[in-house]
Amino acid sequence: MVNINDILETINMIKEENLDIRTITMGISLYDCAGDDINTVCDRIYDKITTRAERLVSVGQEIEKDLGIPIINKRVSVTPISLVGGRFTSDDYVKIAHTLDRAAHTLGINFIGGYGALVQKGFTDHARALIESIPQALAETERVCSSVNVASTKAGINMDAVAQMGRIIKETAYLTRDNESIGCAKLVVFANVPDDNPFMAGAFHGVGEAECVVSVGVSGPGVVSSAIKRAGQCDFSTLAEIIKKTAFKITRMGQLVASEASKRLDVPFGIVDLSLAPTPAVGDSVAHILEGMGLERCGGHGTTAALALLNDAVKKGGVMASSHVGGLSGAFIPVSEDAGMIDAVACGALSLEKLEAMTAVCSVGLDMIAIPGDTSAETISGIIADEISIGVANTKTTAVRVIPAYGKTVGDSVEFGGLLGYAPIMKLSEYSCADFIARGGRIPAPIHSLKN
Amino acid sequence: MKKAVITVVGQDTKGIIAKVSAKCAEASANIVEISQSVLKEYFAMIMVIDITDLSVKFGDFVDDMKALGEQNALDIRTMHEDIFNSMHKI
Repeated sequence: MVNINDILETINMIKEENLDIRTITMGISLYDCAGDDINTVCDRIYDKITTRAERLVSVGQEIEKDLGIPIINKRVSVTPISLVGGRFTSDDYVKIAHTLDRAAHTLGINFIGGYGALVQKGFTDHARALIESIPQALAETERVCSSVNVASTKAGINMDAVAQMGRIIKETAYLTRDNESIGCAKLVVFANVPDDNPFMAGAFHGVGEAECVVSVGVSGPGVVSSAIKRAGQCDFSTLAEIIKKTAFKITRMGQLVASEASKRLDVPFGIVDLSLAPTPAVGDSVAHILEGMGLERCGGHGTTAALALLNDAVKKGGVMASSHVGGLSGAFIPVSEDAGMIDAVACGALSLEKLEAMTAVCSVGLDMIAIPGDTSAETISGIIADEISIGVANTKTTAVRVIPAYGKTVGDSVEFGGLLGYAPIMKLSEYSCADFIARGGRIPAPIHSLKN
Repeated sequence: MKKAVITVVGQDTKGIIAKVSAKCAEASANIVEISQSVLKEYFAMIMVIDITDLSVKFGDFVDDMKALGEQNALDIRTMHEDIFNSMHKI
């Protein structure tokens, strides 16, 4: 029999501490949609997605009601579009983007991920055409998300891709200039991208994945934050223990939802992503967890250590709670989606340099950061190269999602609304890296002995 | 036996338990355990029910209970036992 305190604890987590399932994401393979004629391929893609995921939203709502736990997003990820065969031009790929957008509208899901390419070692002609189409595709669609993997620990860094992504991000910002350059919020540049990430904008259905799987991304910064607050002044061992226990409980719920979704949709269970994903809502912030540990402001000295402890404890607690763990698994630190991060940037406590250091010890990378609109493509490539190097050297996933907000500069802010939140424009270094980026070619893969 | 947990929180008034139990009986849910207390003017109750023979869909029962709560200015939540078991038992 469940004990009364446990019942009250669970209800309190949901009602007061914003505990929720952030996303149920169905991954769908599109390999069998290949063909020579672009219209046939688009029809096949549309039919496959809308058939496979037909009941995704309704089943999500059913589970939400039956278990009494909010499920915020229902989403679809597909095979990276550049791998869906056919001799396509950039214009053809834009047509596929429209098809994905149409499928997302039909299903009633808010995002569909997978409009991307894997170019860590080099470009295929397909990948090149797709990457060139990204700005137009993101400007003309509403729900399509795009990601490009430009590096891996085994392959090194494709600096030609890094240079190109600087230009692509800039162009995307320009084409969506009437809407706060929002296109860039749907575009991620990765190193060591995971194949099974259920979180947008970087979700896609990886190369080695099954025909169709369902994965779940949990959330719950508010729950961790409250648990730390309740514990009061305790030492670090105790603190880590509290976070682990909380992460265990959150993840168990994710596992339950995932197995329930898998059963009801009759689709194999993929993974649970053990991430602490913040939202702009009050009490749902990762920055506030760090501040709860004793930092005056997120971004001050000690922040990296606090984040490392948090990230490690979340994983330790989470792995035992789920049969399969994957995706990005860790604490997310997007700026615009986290009320505490926004405040820390606004008061000058949190800089881009500190954020970069923080990404060395946590999930993902420089995420949802607004930068001045007049930033050069080369500087954006420099930001990407720095962040991607951290991932490559440390055998971890890192990513960059920056928004060079058109026409805005330091002191302004951008407002995306909803889960994407708002962000003050951050200051960058004034010194150029243009000659460095112009070299082109590849940075060789790092050595993994002689660790220092 | 499949079980669910109903929690009721709100201003104390006459007949809360009667109303909730009547709704349970109507839907063929059997009450297994009740724990209830009144703190100052606040009423709080946790009721464990057996939903094996529920005559309506569980989702509809959840909605009915929620509506009953709204009519009586109470917060009534009905949740499947699975969520508590998975969260608190290894």
